[in-house]
Amino acid sequence: MIRLAIVAVCFVALSGAIVGRMVYVNINDRDFLQEQGDLRTIRLERINAHRGMIRDRLGKPLAISSPVVSLWANPNELLSSSSDLNQLATMLKVDPEEFADRLENSRSRSFVYLRRHMPPPEAEKILSLSLPGLYSEKEYHRFYPAGEVAAHLVGVTNIDDRGQEGVELAFDQWLTGVPGKKKVLKNLYGDIVADIMPVADAVPGRDIELAMDLRLQYLAYRELKAAIQRHEAQSGSIIVLDVASGSVLAMANQPSYNPNNRQRLDIATVRNRAVTDAFEPGSTLKPFTVAVALESGSHHPLSRIDTSPGFVRVDDKTIPDPRDMGELNLGDILAHSSQVGISKLALTLDPFAVRDLLADVGIGQIPGSGFPGESQGYLPNHRRWTDIERATLAYGYGVTTTPLQLANAYLAIARGGVRKQITLLAEEQTSTIRVMSEQTASQLTRMLAKVVSDGTGGQAHIQGYTVAGKTGTVRKLGESGYEDTRHLAFFAGFAPVQDPELVAVVMINDPAGDANGGGSVAAPVFGSVMSGAMRILKVAPDQQVAMSKGGGDAHG
Amino acid sequence: MTDYVRQLPPHQFGQRRRLSDLVHIDLLLLVLVSVIACYGLVILTSAVEQDMTTVRAQVIRLIVAFGVMIVMAQIPPRLYLRLASSLYLVGVILLLLVFLFGAESKGATRWLRVGPVGFQPSELMKLALPMALAWYLHDRRLPPRPRHVGVAALIIAVPVLLIYPQPDLGTAILVAASGVLVLFVAGISWRYIFSLLGLLIVSAPGLWLLITDYQRGRILTLFDPERDPLGSGWNIIQSMTAIGSGGLLGKGLFDGTQSQLDFLPESRTDFIIAVLAEEMGLVGVVVLLILYMCLIGRGVMIAIAAQDTFGRLLAASITFTFFVYVFVNIGMVSALLPVVGVPLPLVSYGGTSMLTLCAGFGILMSIHSHRRITL
Repeated sequence: MIRLAIVAVCFVALSGAIVGRMVYVNINDRDFLQEQGDLRTIRLERINAHRGMIRDRLGKPLAISSPVVSLWANPNELLSSSSDLNQLATMLKVDPEEFADRLENSRSRSFVYLRRHMPPPEAEKILSLSLPGLYSEKEYHRFYPAGEVAAHLVGVTNIDDRGQEGVELAFDQWLTGVPGKKKVLKNLYGDIVADIMPVADAVPGRDIELAMDLRLQYLAYRELKAAIQRHEAQSGSIIVLDVASGSVLAMANQPSYNPNNRQRLDIATVRNRAVTDAFEPGSTLKPFTVAVALESGSHHPLSRIDTSPGFVRVDDKTIPDPRDMGELNLGDILAHSSQVGISKLALTLDPFAVRDLLADVGIGQIPGSGFPGESQGYLPNHRRWTDIERATLAYGYGVTTTPLQLANAYLAIARGGVRKQITLLAEEQTSTIRVMSEQTASQLTRMLAKVVSDGTGGQAHIQGYTVAGKTGTVRKLGESGYEDTRHLAFFAGFAPVQDPELVAVVMINDPAGDANGGGSVAAPVFGSVMSGAMRILKVAPDQQVAMSKGGGDAHG
Repeated sequence: MTDYVRQLPPHQFGQRRRLSDLVHIDLLLLVLVSVIACYGLVILTSAVEQDMTTVRAQVIRLIVAFGVMIVMAQIPPRLYLRLASSLYLVGVILLLLVFLFGAESKGATRWLRVGPVGFQPSELMKLALPMALAWYLHDRRLPPRPRHVGVAALIIAVPVLLIYPQPDLGTAILVAASGVLVLFVAGISWRYIFSLLGLLIVSAPGLWLLITDYQRGRILTLFDPERDPLGSGWNIIQSMTAIGSGGLLGKGLFDGTQSQLDFLPESRTDFIIAVLAEEMGLVGVVVLLILYMCLIGRGVMIAIAAQDTFGRLLAASITFTFFVYVFVNIGMVSALLPVVGVPLPLVSYGGTSMLTLCAGFGILMSIHSHRRITL
């Protein structure tokens, strides 16, 4: 009996020990163990967010995201499940042996993409095999309806839906949604057993409305491409700006690329040359030297400069004109693009004033459109200017600009001497700053109109509208100095003259053949694009009014 | 009253015939076993993630086991006494057969297969050993003399040494405990007990060298589960996580994350109490322990009320072995003891131990209900 009692006491004591142990575990380690328990089972899952849409100013889609399914596998699980890999490989349209090898090689990993961005119905078919170790993820695929036409401006995303180029990159943060998170319960094998709760809802990315007018973009692209082909040129760019808002209505380059097929992407075609590539702008800069002459009060539009005998020696360099053009007024210098005239004019001016005006209109400055990879160009900033430096700056050598910067500079003239910050967006108010007097700007405008009506820019003329602009034919800088046969053809201008609606810059790099100047290569492109654009935008024709008025003023 | 009258069943000398006179059961014990078994079924249902085929299989096993219990209860203790030595001998022979020709399963050789029927002789030994010891000691003077203690020790040692290398440490411990407890209740001198304990302590370093790496690992894991978290420590870490995250009231039945999501290994067999602890908390565990204590209490009462030495020794041994079951199982799950494969009685999934346990309860009932006079 005593023995039984002893044993009973022992039992109670041992049971007490067990209960005590459990209580101890619960009180002492509870938080830790509970956390450990959660660590094993609770996971945060990502909910991919929809990327914002890019549209043109009229709401036409330029970049759309559509849901797709990416398939991934846990190689070890898949391989050890003895499922039919051949069938899977066939459905994935890959070589069965290669497929098996790939899985075998990544056996130590727990995540391998099998195929990304599949159309949901196709993925559904494969998933319905319900192979162990085969999983899917919802993603978004980016589609660009305008394809190569708007490729440079719109840009592309990579397969992970991050912006890589263009607006997609520049406004990546804005476009990218915030992926949501949800708490899920996973079992030992990593299967999601239950959704516990959403921690954060996926916030879809915001849309962007670009200033681009897809109709103008198509037009500009088509005309540019045709010209490039016609002249067998190396490359080319065109920019059309809206004068009122300073926004980019069209921006196209050649060569371009198809953003919907990222497999065969040649990096050289991806560059938005209009923004990233700076060139010597040549004669297209001449109007700004004239503007300084007018601003300084030392000259007026009819001031005459003798360009005989068709060349001038500055320092020990000879600056030639194609022929002896005799005495020219300032307008004639621009109309006939006289190197001698502009050089002589420049030598009478304060070089710092010329440089400052160029800087004011944006030459050598970051344009600040927000486009990634904007080139700053180069504007010399000498402490002391030699004569030849003053002369070459006047006719646009020894200085580089991108087509975008040039367009920005001409925008200032078109706006009556007020420079406006360029924007890619439809509804962005940008800053303005006066860079020359209104009078100077209108005098300059009349001179530029004469370039088209009566000078080198004749082919920029369009039916029913007055056009102001300036040609530029720039000898390319080769390995041994400036080359005689390779050129850059520029035309920069705006229309209609009286109340400008559009500014455009055309640049064609290295056109082949005899016709290789700005007047014969770039001006026609400008003309046909402007002509189409005026009709598309329903701008009232002004030819009769402007002709009489413009002519009267020039002579009066 | 004369001896003759005393030996008559009660109804033969004028008392009313009762159901318990015809069917030999102990109602209290039956109720307790049933309650624990039902409680166990609920826990098991959760542990197998409500896989009803598994639960149904367990129900069928329970019914069979209960049948065995009732049958065992009808057999008078006299018969057990008479059969004890032969049962023990058969058990030893079968263990030898296992040792020589046993079927292997999960890396251990514990089974004898005769056609489709598998059988674990070591389970038989859990009852045959205490029976044989009780038989050996029942007509000797107690406390036993040293000579008898020696023989008894031999009776214990033979089956234990045959079971241990199967390997089945859990069963070996249970069988040894059942035997040692008989000796203890028989009143062997404290000298023996203390010298046995002393011997154990002294030989501990030797034993440490004798046991396998695998067993050493389990013991080391007890003190530091993190030393091999993905191997021998995994079970214990997971079960502690389950127990600790259950708290006082648990996460709710069927809502335990560790157990329901397969993080808890062996959740339906040896570690099933961790499921209980996670889902029904400390309260659920204490309720189960109280039920066990009641059952053991009833067993102790039966042992005290037993009218002969054989009955008392056997009843005490069966009862206490049951406690060893409970203690070793819960002790290992709550990291008090090293991991040894002992199921939680009446709760863990599996038929063999259930059958043995119920047979034991049947013997308890037999001892109690075949008393010659009611007290």
